[in-house]
This record gives sequence, C-alpha cells and structure tokens, in this order.
Amino acid sequence: MDTVGGEVNASALTVCVQLQRTRVGSVPFLLDVSLQFPPGINILFGPSGAGKSTLLDCIAGLVRPDAGRIAAGEEALFDSQAGVNRPPQTRGVAYVFQTLALFPHLSAEENVAYGLDGLPHEQRSARVEEILKAFRVDKLRARKPAEISGGERQRIALARSLVTQPSVLLLDEPLTGLDAELKAAIVDDLRAWNASWRIPILYVTHTREEVDALGERVIAMDHGRVISTGTPLEVLEAPRHKRLAQAAGFENLLGGTVVDLREADGVMRVRLNESRCEIEVPLGYAAVGDRVHVAIRAGDILLATSQPHDLSARNVIEGKITTMEPRGTLVRARVDCGVEFVVHLTPGAVRSLDLAEGDRVWLVLKTHSCHLVEE
Amino acid sequence: MDALLLSLRLAFCVSAILLAGGLPLAYWLAYSNWRGKFLLEAVVALPLVLPPTVLGFYVLVAMGPRGPLGKLWQTFFGHGLAFTFEGLVLASVLYSLPFAVQPLIASFESVDRKLLDASAVLGASRLRTFWRVILPLSIPGVVTALVLSFAHTMGEFGVVLMVGGNLRGVTRTVSIDIYEHVQSLEYAEANRMSLVLLAISFAVLSVVYAINRQVGRQIGRRLWTPWAAK
Repeated sequence: MDTVGGEVNASALTVCVQLQRTRVGSVPFLLDVSLQFPPGINILFGPSGAGKSTLLDCIAGLVRPDAGRIAAGEEALFDSQAGVNRPPQTRGVAYVFQTLALFPHLSAEENVAYGLDGLPHEQRSARVEEILKAFRVDKLRARKPAEISGGERQRIALARSLVTQPSVLLLDEPLTGLDAELKAAIVDDLRAWNASWRIPILYVTHTREEVDALGERVIAMDHGRVISTGTPLEVLEAPRHKRLAQAAGFENLLGGTVVDLREADGVMRVRLNESRCEIEVPLGYAAVGDRVHVAIRAGDILLATSQPHDLSARNVIEGKITTMEPRGTLVRARVDCGVEFVVHLTPGAVRSLDLAEGDRVWLVLKTHSCHLVEE
Repeated sequence: MDALLLSLRLAFCVSAILLAGGLPLAYWLAYSNWRGKFLLEAVVALPLVLPPTVLGFYVLVAMGPRGPLGKLWQTFFGHGLAFTFEGLVLASVLYSLPFAVQPLIASFESVDRKLLDASAVLGASRLRTFWRVILPLSIPGVVTALVLSFAHTMGEFGVVLMVGGNLRGVTRTVSIDIYEHVQSLEYAEANRMSLVLLAISFAVLSVVYAINRQVGRQIGRRLWTPWAAK
C-alpha cells in the first residue's frame, strides 16, 4: 500500500477497492486503487473518466465496490471479507458534489442545519452559527440557494458538510467555475478549519491550475488506477503518462522512435514521427527502436529568427511559422519543422522580432524540457 | 342538489384515499429497480385506456354477492358492496388511480438524484429524505394529483352507472343526474347541472395551473401538468 506523504496516521483514510463496471456499448471500466490518505488536502488529479468520482462514491457508500476495505482511522466503513458495508448515513463521510446539491427549497441556514437532525435545538443552532461564521456566510442565512452567488453557494455547501464534524471530507470539483482569487479565499478558509480538525480531505480536480493553487499532495489517476503520487512538482512537471501530460497542459505531445542511447551522458535521441527531426531527451526506460512519446510545454520552447550558435541547449530545430494567433496575454504560434510544434510567445517578443506567418525560425529546446511519457 | 353533494362527497373521499395510497405507490414506482416494475406501471395506467364500462363490469362482478370483494365485505360489515356509496368509492379510486399516481411519479422522478445522495450522506434516513426533500419539491405534482383525481371523480359516469346504479342520494352522482334529466327531456335542469360542473372543472384546472406557476417559480423546477409536453 502506498502512503502519500510518508507517515501513517491514526485518523488517515485507508482505501483499497476493486470495482468492475460494464456498461452496454462501452469499454469495461476497472477501478483498482490501494492508498492511504493522511489528514490534510489530498488532490486527486486526472482526466475525466479516470475514476476519481467513482472512487469518492465508493468511500461515501453511494457505490458498493466489488471487493476491498475502506477505513477511517481504525473504523471499517466497508470490508468485503468481514461483510461490513455501512450505509452512507452512518459513515461520517462528508461529500460536496460538483453540483453542490444544495436543497433549493431550504434557506442557507436550513441547508446547513440539515445534517444535525439528532441534536437538541440549542446545540444545533450554536453549531450552525459557528460554521456559518467560519465560512463567512452568516449574513446569507435566510436566503435560498437560487438567491446566492456561485462562490457563496460553494461556501454554504462546505459549511453544510463540515458542520456534521465528519471524519473524512470528499470534494468533487467543488470550486469549478470560480475565479482563482475566490477559489484561493475559500481554500484558505477550508485550511483554517482543518487546522483544528485534522481530517483527510480528498479534493478531486482535472485542472492543472487547481493543483498548483492547492499544493500539497497529488495523486494522479487514470483508467481507474493510481499512476503516480507526490508533490505537484513531481507529478505534473514530469508526467510519465500520456493522458496525464495532456491534462497537465503539455501542448506538444509528439510520438517518436528511440534511435540512440547515450547512457554515459544520461540522454537518448528520439526521431519524431514522420519527420527527419531528431531531438535529445533525458534517458528513460527504453531501448533503441522503442516507440515513445515526448511531452514539451509550449512555454518552454525558445524561438530565434537566425540560426543560434554557442548554446548549451542541445536541440535546435529549423522550421517555418504556419499560424500565429493571439490568446489572451500570449501569442500561440504553430511552427512546422516536419512535425508541428506549438510555441507560446509574448506579444512583446512577436513585435521586437517582427515575426509573421511564413517566417523561417529556429526552435531551441533544452534536453530537460523534453519529458518522456508512457502511453 | 342531492346529486351535487353526493358527487362532492365522493370526490373528497376518493382524492383523500388516492393521496394516502398514491404517495407510497408512486415512490416505489419512481425509485424501485425491480425488473418487473413495468407490469405494475401498466396496471396502474390501465384505466386510462380501458372503457369505463369494462372496468365497471369487472369491479361489479368482484363486488357482487359471489365476488371475492363482495364476500369479504359481507363478512366484515354485514351487507353487500355493490350499489352502495362505499362500493362507488372503491370503484372510483381504481378508475382515478393513474390520474393521481402519474403526476406523483413524474414529479418524484424529476427530483435531482444528487439531492437524495446529499441527504443520505448528511445522515438522513429514506423516510426523512422523502418528507424533507422529495415531497416539498414535488408539491406541484401533489396538487396536480389531488385536483385531477377530484375532478375526474366528479365527472365520472360509466363506472358509476355500472357499479352504483342510480339510487337517489346513495349513488346518483351529478353526471348521472344530468343523464336522467336529458332522458326525461328536462333540458333546463340538465343545463343547470352541466353549467355547475363546467364551472367547477374550469375553476379546478385554473387553480392547478396557477399553483404550478407560483410554486414552480419559487423552487425553480419544471412542473408536471397532464397536457404539457413531457
């Protein structure tokens, strides 16, 4: 079993599930995950269809795994061998859905109080009061969800889940559609709350920006499996997986064949598909003749208008600009070098180099900007 | 006037019984995963397509002194079921069943499943989820069900004639009364009763649409009316 972050904690969430799903007309899907989530924010990252939400559904008890064991600390929530399968009502797992699922006919306060049914009235209103303040929505208590802005709805959904004092919090892309600043403010409040409660938080996302913003531990998933774990830098900067590379924002994902290994230099040469273009990439687990994929960020590529000399960078490729389109604060250029590269430039660079479509240019790639990825 | 009061009494009883029985039945039909569910759905919808005389005939046979229902009733209450007010209620409940159950099913089904998941994760039992989430969000469907079963029972003719006959003050409802008047060429009398029935039906449907619009705006949901495109 992998432990993200290292330490084994008494209140960690242990998950070990297998689930086979067959749907008519689609490829059978197999979820097979074995992990321990320590207290704090754990980011589940991966393309849509990777099985992230299904994993959360299993933990919450909304979906029954075929086999495995799920435990919050020492307490088993599901154990196929021992015949344990606690219903969602008694798992102590809080779940904020992507759609938030606030009850439209109840006020913000009634929504938050919903999970505290068993408590005496005074205790209940004290808890509701406290959590509404912690998430800065105490002024909205009387309003219905439809009368509240997106960011505030997300805060109320968080408050509604956390007021029950869960032992695990599941968040399924709850902050989708919010701007970065608002997101950061909500995450700060969540962190502040968790500083005293110290429960494992599983935060599902498929966008790279959120991973960068949340930091901490990342668990990358695809096709129902965990494909890597570590810090955002470790997981995202050098993704070993093609679909993950696409999700992590590598604009250039090029197929090629290994033509030469230079173990002494720690590099190998890859000929890119359907071209004479050869680039040098860091040595990976591959043999001469193997087919590989190379991922390169559009922002990591330098562009020169005359052939550069005396560079430390090992890859200089000649090509021609085919298109240039402004995209917000940058310009996206497509350069045909036999294969097509996408290069991000600043509008200032385009002006000072006087770049235009059809210009002859040289692309400069550092060896370590080229990442080898698996299929 | 006897006939109108009798019809109102009948309609109230039938609506109340259909609401009480329709809620659990519709809940089950909306959420059950049972494979044979379509059979029960078909049975519930049967009165929509069956001629009232066919339904009335079988109910009459069942209620007769040798029918299973008639015998049962006889043992418990000491008198037969056919041609009584109770028998009329029973037959009308069966006949109006789809008008109560279908709006309920439609509105239960249109409640977002994620709300039910959220309720479960927050610790609420199925029953509590029903009372606190499903039912409040289905108010328009409940109103529609009540009003439709009421109006449908008010206007019922064929089944009543088969099962109840035409006993003044016991089973002679408004529609049968009108028929009687026409048969006796008392057109003025028939017209008076018909107008009353027309006014009641119109008022009832206006109320349904008004409530649906009002409540729909409040809870922001698509609403069920029998004639709106699904």
